[in-house]
Amino acid sequence: MEGRQETGKESKPSSVSVDLQGDSSLQVEISDAVSERDKVKFTVQTKSCLPHFAQTEFSVVRQHEEFIWLHDAYVENEEYAGLIIPPAPPRPDFEASREKLQKLGEGDSSITREEFAKMKQELEAEYLAIFKKTVAMHEVFLQRLAAHPTLRRDHNFFVFLEYGQDLSVRGKNRKELLGGFLRNIVKSADEALITSMSGLKEVDDFFEHERTFLLEYHTRIRDACLRADRVMHSHKCLADDYIPISAALNSLGTQEVNQLKTSFLKLAELFERLRKLEGRVASDEDLKLSDMLRYYMRDSQAAKDLLYRRLRALADYENANKALDKARTRNREVQTAESHQQQCCQRFERLSDSAKQELMDFKSRRVSSFRKNLIELAELELKHAKASTLLLRNTLVVLKGEP
Amino acid sequence: MAAEREPPPLGDAKPTDFEELEDGEDLFTSTVSTLESSPSSPEPASLPAEDVSPNSNGPKPAEVVLDDDREDLFAEATEEVSLDSPEREPILSSEPSPAVTPVTPTTLIAPRIESKSMSAPVIFDRSREEIEEEANGDVFDIEIGVSDPEKVGDGMNAYMAYRVTTKTSLSMFSKSEFSVKRRFSDFLGLHSKLASKYLHVGYIVPPAPEKSIVGMTKVKVGKEDSSSTEFVEKRRAALERYLQRTVKHPTLLQDPDLRQFLESSELPRAVNTQALSGAGILRMVNKAADAVNKMTIKMNESDAWFEEKQQQFENLDQQLRKLHASVEALVCHRKELSANTAAFAKSAAMLGNSEDHTALSRALSQLAEVEEKIDQLHQEQAFADFYMFSELLSDYIRLIAAVKGVFDHRMKCWQKWEDAQITLLKKRETEAKMMVANKPDKIQQAKNEIREWEAKVQQGERDFEQISKTIRKEVGRFEKERVKDFKTVIIKYLESLVQTQQQLIKYWEAFLPEAKAIA
Repeated sequence: MEGRQETGKESKPSSVSVDLQGDSSLQVEISDAVSERDKVKFTVQTKSCLPHFAQTEFSVVRQHEEFIWLHDAYVENEEYAGLIIPPAPPRPDFEASREKLQKLGEGDSSITREEFAKMKQELEAEYLAIFKKTVAMHEVFLQRLAAHPTLRRDHNFFVFLEYGQDLSVRGKNRKELLGGFLRNIVKSADEALITSMSGLKEVDDFFEHERTFLLEYHTRIRDACLRADRVMHSHKCLADDYIPISAALNSLGTQEVNQLKTSFLKLAELFERLRKLEGRVASDEDLKLSDMLRYYMRDSQAAKDLLYRRLRALADYENANKALDKARTRNREVQTAESHQQQCCQRFERLSDSAKQELMDFKSRRVSSFRKNLIELAELELKHAKASTLLLRNTLVVLKGEP
Repeated sequence: MAAEREPPPLGDAKPTDFEELEDGEDLFTSTVSTLESSPSSPEPASLPAEDVSPNSNGPKPAEVVLDDDREDLFAEATEEVSLDSPEREPILSSEPSPAVTPVTPTTLIAPRIESKSMSAPVIFDRSREEIEEEANGDVFDIEIGVSDPEKVGDGMNAYMAYRVTTKTSLSMFSKSEFSVKRRFSDFLGLHSKLASKYLHVGYIVPPAPEKSIVGMTKVKVGKEDSSSTEFVEKRRAALERYLQRTVKHPTLLQDPDLRQFLESSELPRAVNTQALSGAGILRMVNKAADAVNKMTIKMNESDAWFEEKQQQFENLDQQLRKLHASVEALVCHRKELSANTAAFAKSAAMLGNSEDHTALSRALSQLAEVEEKIDQLHQEQAFADFYMFSELLSDYIRLIAAVKGVFDHRMKCWQKWEDAQITLLKKRETEAKMMVANKPDKIQQAKNEIREWEAKVQQGERDFEQISKTIRKEVGRFEKERVKDFKTVIIKYLESLVQTQQQLIKYWEAFLPEAKAIA
C-alpha cells in the first residue's frame, strides 16, 4: 500500500515537539515519506547556513535502518557518554493494520456494502495514522539531534544528512540482533555488579536521587503507557461497534412502514456521527497520552543508560584508585597508574557534570511536554464531549417532536 | 353443534352445552360484574349480566378454578360473537357511551343466526372493546413493580423470591396497593396458564423470561460475586417487564389467573415448568412435532394481509437479531473500556507518585482521579446500553416469536377445518355407498356421522374466522405498543448518552486548570 505524506510544521501530530532554542542554523525535517511494501522511505530535508555543508538547502532519502545506524553510532561514541542520546525511533510497523485490511478483504458476506466501505475507511485511516506517527517519530529523533549543541556537530550526523548515496547500512542480521540483546544483558548485570561493589559510594546526592527516581519512574511510565494503549484500543473497538449498529438501524428504518421509520433512520445517522466522534476521542488519547508516555518511557531509558555509563566511569575511577594504591605500595609503574587514575577521574567528572545538566534538561523537557499534552488532551476531550452532546440533543429534539 | 341454541336463562339448552355454558357464564359473570363495579367501565354491562347469568351468583371471587374445558368454552363463546362481528362492531365502537339496552344486541343478532345468542359473550366482547378504547386513551391504571430479590433456602433447593407490588385503582382488585412474594417458576407457571388459554385463539401472550440453568446454579451455590448479582438483577428487570407487558393486554388483564398471581398470598407451586420434568419433556416433544407439522401444512392463503404480515414479522425478526448482536458487542466493549480505564487510572496514580516535579505530580494524580470517575461513567453507560437497548431488543425478539406462534395456530386451525371438510366428504361417500349397497342401519349411522361432521366443518370455519379476526386486532395492538415502546426506550437511552457526555464535560473542565497549573 502506498502512502505519501507531506509534513508541514502545523499538521504535525507529534506529541513531542522540539524547541530549537531559536537556533536556526540547522533545521531538519522530514518533508516527504513513501510507504512501499516492506519499507518506508523518508525524505530528510536540511536547511542550514553552517559552513560545513556544501549547500544551504538539500535533501536525501533515508530508510529506518539508517536512522538506527546513526543512533548506534552516537551510543558507541565515547565522546557522548555523558549525554542522553535521543531514543531511536521505533521500526515502522504496519503488520497489524495490513492484516486487518486483508481480513476485511477476504470478506464476511454478512455485512452490507455500506458497512464494508465504512470499515475499509476506518482501517485506511488507521493505516494513515500509523504512517504519520512513524514519520513524526523519525523526525523528532533528528530534530533533537539538531537542537543539541554537542550532538549536532557529529560527523556521522552530517553524513546522514548530506550524503546523497545510500549509506549501505543493512538491517541487523540475527547475529547482530542477538549480540545487541546480549549486550543489554551484560549491561544490566554489570550495573548490578557495580552497585553492589563495596566501597562504591555515590558521592553526589543529586545522582543518588536521580537513580532511584529514574528506576521507579521508568517502570511506572512503561506500565502507564501499556494501559493507555489498552484504553485507546477499547475506545477504538467501541467506535467500530457503531458501524454495524448504524447499518442495522438503517435497514430497520427502511423496512418499517410505520412511525418508527424516521426514528430508526435518525438513530442510524446519529450512531454514524457518534462513531466518528468516538474515533477521534480514541486517536486523540493515542496521540496526546499514549504516544507521550511511550516517548518518555524511551527517553527515561536513555537517561538510565546515561546514569549507567556514569556509574561505570565511577567504578573505573575507583578501580584506578585501587590500582594506584597498589602500584604505590609495590612502587612499580606508579607513573602509568597515576596517569590512568587521572584519566578516569577526569572522565568521571566530565560525565558527572554533563549528566547533571542533561538530567535537568530531561526533567524540564518532560514537564513541559506533559503540560502541553495534558492541556491539549483535556481541551480535545471537552471539544468532543460538547460536540457529542449537541448531536445527541438535536436528535432528541427531532425524536421527541415526532407524533 | 345444535342448530338451535337457546340462551341459558330459558334453561332449555342441552345438558352438556348448558353445563359448559354455565361454566362460561360464571366466568363471564365474574368478569362482567367486576366490570360493572369498576369505575372505569360502562354501566349497561350490569344489566345484561343479571339477565344472562343462569345462577345469578353475582360476582364470583377471583379464585375461579379453570380447567381444560375452558378452551372449548372460549371457542363457543366467541363463536357467537364472530357471526355478528362485521355488523356489530361498527355500531358498538361508534358508541363511546354504551347506553345500550340489553335488548339491542340480541335483536341485532337474532336475524343472523338460527338461535338466540347469549348476550353474555357479546357483552364480554363489548366491554373488552371498551376497555381497549380506554386503553387507547391510556387509562390503564395499574402499575407493577418487581423488587427485593431474596434468597430462600440453601443449596440446590434454594431459590430467589421476588416481591411483586401492584398499585392500581381498578376495582377488580380487592385493594389498591398490595404485594406478594413470587419465585421464578411462579412466573413461568402464570405464562404457561395464559398461553394455554389464549395463544391458540390468536392472542399474543407476552413470553416469560428465559430459564438459565447456569445462572441459577451459581446463585444457588451461593457465589456472592458480581456476576451472580448481575444475573439476579437482569432477571428481576426482565420479570418486571414481563408483568408490565402482560397487564397492558386488555384481555389478559381480565384473566383470573393473572389476578390470582398478583393478589393471593399463597400460590400452588407450578412444577410443570421445570425443564427436566415430565411436562417439560412433553413440551419439547410437542414443539418438535409442531415444527414438523408447520413444514407440511400447505395453506391456501385467501387473505393477503396475513401473508404480508408474516413476511413483515419475519424480516423484523431478522433485523432485530442482527441489531441485538451488534448491541451486545457494544456492551461488551464498553465494559472492557471501563476495566481498562480503571487500570490506567491506577497506573497514572502510581506515575504521579513517582514524579518528582510537584506540580506535574499533582496534575497526574488529578488525571488518575478523572480517569477513575470516567471508568464509573463507562460502567453506568454499559448498564444503560444493556438494560435499555439490548434487553428491549431481546424482549421483542421473543415477542415476535410469540406472534409467529399465533400465526402458526391459525394455520393449525385452518388445517383442522380442512381436515373436517375432507372427513365430511368421506362420510358422504360412505353414505352414498351404503345407499347403493342398501344397508339401512349403516345408512342411518352414516347420516349421523354426516351431521356430526357438518357441524364440525361449521365449527372449524367459525374458529378459523375468529382466530383470523383476533389476530388482526392483536397485531394492530401489538404494533401500536411496539412503536410506543421503542420510541420511549430510544429517547431514554439517548438521554443516558447525553448524561454521560455532560459528566465527561464536567470532569475534564475540572481537570483543565490543573493541567494548566503545571509550571
